[in-house]
Amino acid sequence: MTALLETRGVWQRFGGLVANSDVSISVGRGEIVGLIGPNGAGKSTLFNLIAGVLPPTQGTIWFDGEDVTALPAAERCQRGVGRTFQVVKSFETMTVIDNVIVGALVRNTVMREARRKAHAVLEFTGLAARANVLASDLVPAEKRRLEVARALATEPKLLLLDEVLTGLTPTEAQTGVALVRKVRDAGITVLMVEHVMEIVMPLVDRAIVLDLGKVLVEGKPTEVVRDPKVISAYLGDRHAVGA
Amino acid sequence: MDKTFAARRRRDLIIAAVLAGLAALAPLFIKDVYVQNILILTLMYAALSQSWNILSGYCGQISLGHALYFGIGAYTTELLFTKFGVLPWFGMLAGGVIAAIIAMGLGYPFFRLRGHYFVIATIVIAEIGLLLFQNWEWAGAAMGITIPVRGDSWLKFQFMRSKLPYFYFALVLCSLAWFVTWWLEDSKWGFWWRAVKDNPEAAESLGVVVFNSKMGAAAVSAFLVAIGGAFYAQFLAYIDPESVMGFQFSLLMALPAVLGGIGTLWGPVLGAAILIPMTELTRSYIGGSGRGVDLIVYGALIVAISLALPQGLVSLFSRTKAKGATR
Repeated sequence: MTALLETRGVWQRFGGLVANSDVSISVGRGEIVGLIGPNGAGKSTLFNLIAGVLPPTQGTIWFDGEDVTALPAAERCQRGVGRTFQVVKSFETMTVIDNVIVGALVRNTVMREARRKAHAVLEFTGLAARANVLASDLVPAEKRRLEVARALATEPKLLLLDEVLTGLTPTEAQTGVALVRKVRDAGITVLMVEHVMEIVMPLVDRAIVLDLGKVLVEGKPTEVVRDPKVISAYLGDRHAVGA
Repeated sequence: MDKTFAARRRRDLIIAAVLAGLAALAPLFIKDVYVQNILILTLMYAALSQSWNILSGYCGQISLGHALYFGIGAYTTELLFTKFGVLPWFGMLAGGVIAAIIAMGLGYPFFRLRGHYFVIATIVIAEIGLLLFQNWEWAGAAMGITIPVRGDSWLKFQFMRSKLPYFYFALVLCSLAWFVTWWLEDSKWGFWWRAVKDNPEAAESLGVVVFNSKMGAAAVSAFLVAIGGAFYAQFLAYIDPESVMGFQFSLLMALPAVLGGIGTLWGPVLGAAILIPMTELTRSYIGGSGRGVDLIVYGALIVAISLALPQGLVSLFSRTKAKGATR
């Protein structure tokens, strides 16, 4: 069986800045894969390339056995790529349920079905009690959750989570972790960018470390955290020698 | 939860039906032609503003150039009637279709612009349209077109003796624009438009093709406004570029919605019901050259509204808002 997502030799340049250089990664069906790396490693850029926000300067992106490099974001969503944003982008003047309905309309053209689907997703993500509140009135942790709910309503095969657990209190983060597990158990593949190592490492099946736009190391989380290259990327060479 | 939602939709529909029914009875009590005239204009601007609201309120693409579509509706109808003898009803539809096509043609380059740049583009395009018509000899240029009197008839949609038929048409048009909005509000398009307004990038990530959504909104909006323009031309029985395509129409479509509540179902109707009679009254009481005074009144109103009630007057009635504010 082929991988669900594959990037083949992807480059992204912004003027003189190389944000991604020759990135080839693959994500198998049913996996939770963590994409980690220090600030400026090119994680968010890679995310945007996979979601179709911008086309890569070079290289191809394959999803579900098809080359989707040329497809815009909306079409990738229709094919099963769901995403959240690092900086939350709720539809502020709409209620929580209406936010989710927008996502649900991708697969349900009849309003009543879309509404039902949206309610089910709110139950799943624990936002049901807030359904009729304006998105602008949610607290930050709820807004993160709404991002996930909206993306789930599109019934994705692959869910891209961009720092959904960052900036939460430990309790909130634990609920978030439980939600990600639940998502995977529902048969959705997850690729997540995350900063907080102690939260993300026990959660993911595999970690891919990016540094300076390149794939540095890839492997089991327990191996990755011990890798001298990773330690040096995060903490500097002095610490790597010690390890 | 679904029940309250469905109940609210049903309640809106009932209120609208009752209001339309009451309005239909108004001529029984109001015999004064001057007042009837104000009612007709109020209904017409309510309809226009409701149509404007689809593109600018729901979809968030603020247009200050809708006078163009208004004028296209008026000119298409009258040119077809005076040059080819086509009945105004067909001219009206043709005007709507042409306006929708032009709106999409203009949308193609301009929907790439954002915010103020888009607004400026709409103003400029409408002014260009005005200039073109002022210089287009075949269409009467600056002299305009006088609609030949053929006697009162619904077929030719012209009435000299009574204004009542115009009143009823305006009422139907206003109800239609309201109903279309009501219907679209709980449709795929309605949700897409609001999503596009709030956050195009997020909308795109949820499978909404932002560009197509804007095009759809522009077409519906322009079509309805052009129908209004065709009506206005028949109502005046004389058109020239300034009197059907002037900038003031763009303003008079936007202001009721802004006053009542932009992007809301009831905002345009409520805003028009307050603004249009007030405009007409200031005009008549302050005298012939009162044109400046009504603009001062608009300006003051808009400033007051944006300071005190940025969501418009409908927010006074809205429950969601009140509930949301507690958090």
